[in-house]
Amino acid sequence: MHQIKSPQELREAAAEQKRQREAQQKAVLTVSAGTCGQARGSLDVIESLRKIVKEQSLEDRVEVKLTGCHGFCEAEPNIIIQPQNIFYQHVKPNDAAQIIEDTILNNQIIEKLLYKEPTSGKEAIKEEDISFYTKQNRLVLGDNALIEPTQLNEYFSIGGYLALAQVLEDMEPEEVITSILDAGLRGRGGAGFPTGRKWKLTRTVEADKKYIICNADEGDPGAYMDRSLMEGNPHRVLEGMIIGGYAIGADEGFVYIRDEYPLALKHITRAIEQAEEAGVLGENILGSSFSFKVNIVKGAGAFVCGEETALMRSIEGKVGEPRQRPPFPAVSGLWKRPTNINNVETWANVPLIILRGAQWYSEIGTEGSKGTKIFSLVGKINNTGLVEVPMGITLREIIYDIGGGIPGGKQFKAVQTGGPSGGCLPAEKLDLPIDYESLTQAGSIMGSGGMIVMDEDTCMVDVSKYFLNFLRDESCGKCLSCREGTQRMWEVVSDICDGNGKESDIQLLEELAVAVKDASMCGLGQTAANPVLSTLRYFREEYDAPIKDQRCPAGVCKALISYSIVAENCTGCMACLKACPEGAITGVLKEVHVLNQEKCIKCGACFEVCKFDAIKIE
Amino acid sequence: MNVELDKVKSFVDKHACDPSALIAILQDIQAEYNYLPRRALLVLSQMIKTSMVDIIGVATFYSAFSLEPRGEHTATVCMGTACHVRGGPKILEEFERNLGIESGHTTEDKQFSLETVACLGCCAIGPVVVVDGDYHAQVSIRKVEPILRKYQTKEKKDDAPN
Ligand SMILES: Cc1cc2nc3c(=O)[nH]c(=O)nc-3n(C[C@H](O)[C@H](O)[C@H](O)COP(=O)(O)O)c2cc1C
Ligand code: FES
Repeated sequence: MHQIKSPQELREAAAEQKRQREAQQKAVLTVSAGTCGQARGSLDVIESLRKIVKEQSLEDRVEVKLTGCHGFCEAEPNIIIQPQNIFYQHVKPNDAAQIIEDTILNNQIIEKLLYKEPTSGKEAIKEEDISFYTKQNRLVLGDNALIEPTQLNEYFSIGGYLALAQVLEDMEPEEVITSILDAGLRGRGGAGFPTGRKWKLTRTVEADKKYIICNADEGDPGAYMDRSLMEGNPHRVLEGMIIGGYAIGADEGFVYIRDEYPLALKHITRAIEQAEEAGVLGENILGSSFSFKVNIVKGAGAFVCGEETALMRSIEGKVGEPRQRPPFPAVSGLWKRPTNINNVETWANVPLIILRGAQWYSEIGTEGSKGTKIFSLVGKINNTGLVEVPMGITLREIIYDIGGGIPGGKQFKAVQTGGPSGGCLPAEKLDLPIDYESLTQAGSIMGSGGMIVMDEDTCMVDVSKYFLNFLRDESCGKCLSCREGTQRMWEVVSDICDGNGKESDIQLLEELAVAVKDASMCGLGQTAANPVLSTLRYFREEYDAPIKDQRCPAGVCKALISYSIVAENCTGCMACLKACPEGAITGVLKEVHVLNQEKCIKCGACFEVCKFDAIKIE
Repeated sequence: MNVELDKVKSFVDKHACDPSALIAILQDIQAEYNYLPRRALLVLSQMIKTSMVDIIGVATFYSAFSLEPRGEHTATVCMGTACHVRGGPKILEEFERNLGIESGHTTEDKQFSLETVACLGCCAIGPVVVVDGDYHAQVSIRKVEPILRKYQTKEKKDDAPN
């Protein structure tokens, strides 16, 4: 690609790409190939499709496109066929021939590849017929399904870098900041701080050099929207950063990306090279006096490095321990220079606000929380995936209308939001309209958007133990209250799960929670007690059962459960007997089997294989 | 493990002996040797004028680094929240039982290292296990042995004399 020398030239290049996209007469098969799609074999599907297209010399009629994640991970690998917008799910490489033959050449729908609604069983032919999509507003994520993330021209064809052109041509840095302020954009990385305010602060500090950081550390286990954006639309994140650099007066930026995201790393690296080649990044961007460069730094597996001050130390090559704020990074950040850090999703919202206007953006969402938010809807839910919804939608709409409810006819128990700093909300809170404030009031937080659904088979004490274990591992150890407090809380909750809990433990947990919250320096410690406190608040009876009656009603905590065979249901099929690694199950074909409690190690292998509900956990 | 001095030097040179590139250099060394050999760290320490104490401090703080040699294959089991509620811990136990080691360790024959991770970002298809960069979706207790066997046999085939 040649260097683009002016905003006008960029507009022309983008218009030409758009024209080509619209003039496209071919049938386009877009295959979702983010990390999760690839894990489910989407690359093999693409290969077979391309092979058949080639064999039948259909290149001028059919195009096979490899895109990032479409968000509907449950249906992976999935294909969208344009122009009709036909949606096929769970496509296998050997379906390729039939797709080309029936659907592309003969305009026929292949029923077995259609998505069926989990509740009504109704088939959906087009993407817009699927309830998973109807309530969403995919302003940020939607483009993932339109473009090949490794081609800059594809991004141009949907208006890519036009916001940058507009900013460089018509807007003073202060105007850009005002626009972000008026839009009401708040940080998507956890705390929800108003983005424009942060930019303004960083702009006003005098310094010889300033930095921009994109926080792509995405440490919240269960959240993966940042990965999806970096993989599926890296130029958009980059465009946001460049605009941010212009607005605050920085000439250098860093993308701090987790080590566990190889594909995202590859795509953002590629995007930076392409942007430099095209002249939208680097020296004298689009012929202006503004220069900006972007470096990539790979994380090395430490949750606390998602915290801004720890992250900056990590970029400096040091141990990633947070430090006391103030001074805030806006005043003294990376190498003591004013630094503005935002999350991936926050950056991806920026071009949208510039192009469509602050007014338009601020009309989406609630009073205090504007725009849309991407949630990762995972756990015990039918339609798992990434959902982008306007702020203010209720949990019920997300879980039941979009998510299609709980699989296997099980009962909803809780939804965990906000990751290790968040909490678990019960069924009574399903009608809560979600925004930053309402979630905090309910004892959880928005966090980065992880939304883990739990059903009746999830033990809330075990969940609380899980988070404490995570936090005691990830605590950097600097503050005693956090280091010892999370450890001690974990020990207490573990005792409860092991059947050694005492009634006084609850009070002890509550006291520890206050101490850890009040005496710790960074967000990790300050919020570490949230998972415990929220489960105590809403699921107190689940703590009482193991303490008072030595029971785990959900059948999870190993010390309190036993496996046995239900004689009426057992058909003597020998499946469990073969699956048992300890030889604890004996019996002969077509006769009720026997489970020897002494030998049983409670691994769950028998339960997993039994098709007749003949293994009971109690 | 044979540590080639030139190689280590080239990693350090790539970053212009910049102490702030310490983590990136360690990542390069680990990508080459699968762990951080002591000799490599000594060379590094001299070249970037950073004490061994500080280097070891960084190497032990970040969980991606290992000071011990790792196995031929690395199986990483996701312990993230989404995988947890779908039975991740049971999968880890099955790996531990099958390999006869606890997570964070390497089998005696140096074939497998077993690791855990706090989320691989594929939460929709959990429980997830990654072996040598290949993702395995919706792993159940039953699938553990076949997954391991796939890598074991590959190993044996490679070793067989042609
Ligand atoms: C323990 C801890 C972990 C964090 N992890 C992340 C993370 O993985 N990604 C992120 O964007 N922000 C994370 N944050 C929040 C950052 O400190 C910071 O607020 C954020 O990157 C600012 O960007 P935003 O204003 O766009 O949200 C974390 C905070 C804490 C206390
Ligand atoms: S929780 Fe396992 S991949 Fe995210």
